[in-house]
Amino acid sequence: VENVRLLDRLSSRRAVVGTLYLTATHVIFVENGSETRKETWVLHSQISSIEKQATTATGCPLLIRCKNFQVIQLVIPQERDCHDVYISLIRLARPVKYEELYCFSFNPKLDKEEREQGWHLVDLNEEYNRMGVPNNYWQISDVNRDYRVCDSYPTEVYVPKSATAHIIVGSSKFRSRRRFPALSYYSKGNNASICRSSQPLSGFSARCLEDEQMLQAIRKANPGSDFIYVVDTRPKLNAMANRAAGKGYENEDNYSNIKFQFIGIENIHVMRNSLQKMLEVCELKSPSMSDFLWGLENSGWLKHIKAIMDAGIFIAKAVAEEGVSVLVHCSDGWDRTAQVCSVASLLLDPYYRTMKGFMVLIEKDWVSFGHKFNHRYGNLDGDPKEISPVIDQFIECVWQLMEQFPCAFEFNERFLIHIQHHIYSCQFGNFLCNSQKERRELKIRERTYSLWAHLWKNRADYLNPLYRSDRSQTQGTLHPQIAPCNFLYKFWSGMYNRFEKGLHPRQSVTDYLMAVKEETQQLEEELEVLQERLASLQKSQSSDNKVKSKQQDRSKQFGLYTSNNSLANTPQEYSNDLKSFPSRSPSQGDEDSALILTQDNLKSSDPDLSANSDQESGVEDLSCRSPSGGGCLPSEDSGKDSDEAVFLAG
Amino acid sequence: LLRSSQPLTGPNRRRCCEDEQLLGTILDEGERGFIIDTRSAQAAKQARMGGGGTEPKSCYPQWRRLHRALDRGRSLQESFIRLVEACGDSSLSMERWLGRLDSSRWLSHVKAALSTACLAAQCLDREGSNVLVHGAEGTDTTLLVTALAQLILEPSCRTLQGFQGLLEREWIQAGHPFQLRCARSASSHARGKQEAPLFLLFLDCVWQLSRQFPFSLEFGEQLLLTLFDNAYASAYGTFLCNNERERSLCKVKESTHSLWAWLNQPEEKHKYLNPLYSHNPLVIWPSVEPQSIQLWQGLFLRWIRPSQHLDEAWVEIQRLVKGK
Repeated sequence: VENVRLLDRLSSRRAVVGTLYLTATHVIFVENGSETRKETWVLHSQISSIEKQATTATGCPLLIRCKNFQVIQLVIPQERDCHDVYISLIRLARPVKYEELYCFSFNPKLDKEEREQGWHLVDLNEEYNRMGVPNNYWQISDVNRDYRVCDSYPTEVYVPKSATAHIIVGSSKFRSRRRFPALSYYSKGNNASICRSSQPLSGFSARCLEDEQMLQAIRKANPGSDFIYVVDTRPKLNAMANRAAGKGYENEDNYSNIKFQFIGIENIHVMRNSLQKMLEVCELKSPSMSDFLWGLENSGWLKHIKAIMDAGIFIAKAVAEEGVSVLVHCSDGWDRTAQVCSVASLLLDPYYRTMKGFMVLIEKDWVSFGHKFNHRYGNLDGDPKEISPVIDQFIECVWQLMEQFPCAFEFNERFLIHIQHHIYSCQFGNFLCNSQKERRELKIRERTYSLWAHLWKNRADYLNPLYRSDRSQTQGTLHPQIAPCNFLYKFWSGMYNRFEKGLHPRQSVTDYLMAVKEETQQLEEELEVLQERLASLQKSQSSDNKVKSKQQDRSKQFGLYTSNNSLANTPQEYSNDLKSFPSRSPSQGDEDSALILTQDNLKSSDPDLSANSDQESGVEDLSCRSPSGGGCLPSEDSGKDSDEAVFLAG
Repeated sequence: LLRSSQPLTGPNRRRCCEDEQLLGTILDEGERGFIIDTRSAQAAKQARMGGGGTEPKSCYPQWRRLHRALDRGRSLQESFIRLVEACGDSSLSMERWLGRLDSSRWLSHVKAALSTACLAAQCLDREGSNVLVHGAEGTDTTLLVTALAQLILEPSCRTLQGFQGLLEREWIQAGHPFQLRCARSASSHARGKQEAPLFLLFLDCVWQLSRQFPFSLEFGEQLLLTLFDNAYASAYGTFLCNNERERSLCKVKESTHSLWAWLNQPEEKHKYLNPLYSHNPLVIWPSVEPQSIQLWQGLFLRWIRPSQHLDEAWVEIQRLVKGK
């Protein structure tokens, strides 16, 4: 569709005109500029909702809201066309079969071996071994090898030594969805552990010997403590209400040596609504400070984030300081349980604060333990009541921790944002389906690629320059302040306003420091080389010249950072009353020049933008195609990682 | 960029041809200027009853008046006190923290101040027009706007030296009544009538700029904190008294030491420099969206939040940059 306008939320004057394309996998908007043909790509998987608004004199507005919080406001001249686009997008954004998803057609041009290697990058068996199991207290159990005990659990789980198959099976029958207590994290130093399960089917008075034995087994697996904590992450009222439905929580009288604790994290529906309200605040036009703060408070979002964090802190403390094992559950043990266990693990074990460790953590507590990615993030069209920003909240907890402990994580904010992005993008197969069983049935590993390999390949972009493994923050347990600390929770505009470039500092401190770090390292290495050379007496001229030319290349590379500093930014509208202040629209050149990323610019600052980068919204590789009304479609692998466009400019 | 106090139009709409002439000489034939009045249109009108007022359009035809109401005095002080109380209230649950933060209105004041300064800067930079800023007395919100506007527009004000010069010119010599405004701060019960944290508001706005443009200011948060401290209680004479006349009468220059002299010593200076600084010759336009304006934790939570990890990060940044 031609002559479509793309509006800017902050400045209605900055609308651009272009052509809108719909492909099998993307929506693409290409600006009509003479030089700059900026392209905005959106994967259908990312589309959360489409809203057709009332036709005005200027055309028919269409609002596309994405799961990665991008909001695209288009104005299509003809109502007929707008309707067609609307209907098409509705269908495209609601795939019915897995095969419709992008990951099955995405081709980063890797061979079979590389694809397989990518999937083996994260190995959970290695991880459990690293933790120190199996050992005298914990064993690996294959009782679920055909998924016959619990179809949402993995085939291999770790259980206490004294938990026989009989006990496991018996306990699974007494747990919602048969999700029996299994090991999530083992603390080598003091044998304390974090186990996870779902709620017991205790109703008002039901008991199960095997389930009670299971909890005893967990306690016995930690000789250093004579009791375990059982943490129910639900609000007490909800848990009690569940009893009427034959479920509920553990009665301290029935289970010997447990201390029971409610933590009070709200359910998925509350969280869905909370996010919705927060996004509404983000969409306000020219909000006042009050609009924003009240809106944010009203959404309750930060309160929920804090609740999850507090739960993780409680569990980490129990394990690290008291040396007591903890059994965590919620209702079904696949949402709040996953959040809380992974936050606790992150606090306890510095390994999970490394890039590799973080990937392992997500694989372990989210992927392998059957978090319902498909239902929660809408891979396929499904029940809207199942949708909830569960992993988004976990990812935000990590960001909040990064803000409080800037040296503690090996990775940076961009890493988190890209992971969140790809959980929804379905470009990689890691987060498809609802369980390991479903993924194996679909043969995900043979038919799609792993996100972890892609991120690992580009890991230079995701490093935190302040990370040093010998800092106090990076060793041992992190101790976030519990109270007073409300003010420590900030609104994450890098995530929820990700695509609003005007909001973010134009110069990335992280990128600058990484560049400085690299440059220093290279200069140090070079110094060594030169010193050696000096020591062994000068040789011919040519070797000196080689060194000189290398230096020049590097300064060109880092020249980008100093020149970045002098990129002008444009003022937003400071005057709400347009009538009283007639101002010229800022020259288009200023801001846009920052966004025109030529091949050279990209090369010098973003090391690996080759084949398997995603083609989301942002700047495309301008040299390699020219879409013309239905003509040649770009091949998947010639795109640049568009997220880089956002961060380079911002 | 010019500043003044309000014209004494009064209820009888007095005129003053010298004043009209003065403003007339600033503009060329046919040129247009802007007057930014930091009071609401209503407040400015009401000021006439007390002998003050605004420049009537008929007498100053080339000047276009814009009103941007900025809080000062009593209400600003109340805002400050409420914010400090909210920060110190450990019983506050997460559910009510943001509401308390908002009802203090402090961040709204920051937003308004930055917006107005940007407006002034836009008039100068984008419209190429002359701008006159005044409120009532010309000693409070006026200086806030003119000082911030210069930081936005002028790279030389963003160096350590330049910033000191800006403070000297736009706050100290311009006659901001420090002694009256910075007597008691937020916790004192003896609430002086003239007490108002305009200078702190200015420093907060500067901090917002430093956060949005981390490479563009030669100085860091530590300088701003030191200035805040010294405005209220100081071993140096720089912020004493209310204006140059009083300083002269009290022989401040002869009997005290200058804060600047101390700060600029090499062994002190390095503490205040921003290791990320790189000269930015362009205008820096801040975002005044609510998401972009944050609570200045380093000041308001200075004694409340644990700073150990953030200090470590700062040391690491300096180490990385010095290594280069």
